[in-house]
Amino acid sequence: MSDQQENLPDYPGEEPPPAPKKGVDIRGRRISFGALAAWIGIFALLGLLAAGMLRNQEGPVTVGETVPDFTLTTFDGEQISLKELEDKVVVLNFWASWCKPCEEEAADLETAWRIYESRDDVVFLGVDYVDTETEAMVYLEKFDITYPNGPDLRTEISQTFRIRGVPETYIIGKDGKLAAFKISPFISLAEIQSMIDPLLES
Amino acid sequence: MMATRRLSKILPIAILLMGLFAAVLAADMVQAQEPQPQGPSDNEVNAIAKQLYCPVCENIPLDVCPTQACAQWRELIREKLDAGWNEDEIKTYFVNQYGDRVLAEPPRTGWNWLVYIIPPLAILGGIYILYRAFRSWSQPESEQGDVEEEQPEVEAGDEYVTRIEDELRQR
Repeated sequence: MSDQQENLPDYPGEEPPPAPKKGVDIRGRRISFGALAAWIGIFALLGLLAAGMLRNQEGPVTVGETVPDFTLTTFDGEQISLKELEDKVVVLNFWASWCKPCEEEAADLETAWRIYESRDDVVFLGVDYVDTETEAMVYLEKFDITYPNGPDLRTEISQTFRIRGVPETYIIGKDGKLAAFKISPFISLAEIQSMIDPLLES
Repeated sequence: MMATRRLSKILPIAILLMGLFAAVLAADMVQAQEPQPQGPSDNEVNAIAKQLYCPVCENIPLDVCPTQACAQWRELIREKLDAGWNEDEIKTYFVNQYGDRVLAEPPRTGWNWLVYIIPPLAILGGIYILYRAFRSWSQPESEQGDVEEEQPEVEAGDEYVTRIEDELRQR
């Protein structure tokens, strides 16, 4: 007889009690490790789904929020980073060549740029969203757009701003915070100016 | 009179010949209008397009999406094929330009693994639950532990029990 058998308690006349189930006690209930792992997995999955849904419903960047840094690579190959544009008002316009409403504001945006171009504290940037370069170049030529424009590579800039479509325009103040935005085409040059001018006075 | 008769014999034959000649001409014209195959075919373009999704129109594969943006993308695929690019090169170009989300089949990296792991796990879990359920249904009730509570056996010589039973009988 081994030592282990010798140490077993004696239960004369009856079966020994079953060995306790492996697992953990939660509020008096015994839960096996397998069931615990399954529950943890289910809750983790639900958490991920909830986080994804919340992100989808978050909506665009809000006014007053510091705009995260991004880098735009223009069609000419120049790289422009938001960080480099400190102390400047940045007008960031999302557009696409296939977007008809974008055409409504294209001429006004270019006119506005030419008004502010001589100043050092205003920058216009065009972000071409989900577009083909050939068509984009035709669009830029058609509206004689001269301010820097570039593709939204890997749709990273549009995801930063959580845009819902095009055109959308975001105006970033000199402090790097979002000052205003427009979720549709500008209806006039005056409307564009009315959003930029107050930021230049401060 | 003779000339009229001859004419009436020849006229139907002449009309028939003219009709045949016109039909041959028409057939030649139709053949001439058929476009000559130039560059990649629609099938070749769509073979790649169906593996891509445009972020503008989510959940619609590029090969059947009717928007102008998607038409431009298909044209871009045609241009790349015409330039001698292969399928992988074109898909890589689209990923670099527009991100991983344009791919119908996400790359097996990072969080994307969840897409490949969770469905089979859920199916296996479901099978296990069904197995447990079927097994419990097929067991006789006596084995399921929900039998009626057994009455404790009363030892015949228990003095205390005998006294209680006597008192109950007297009432």
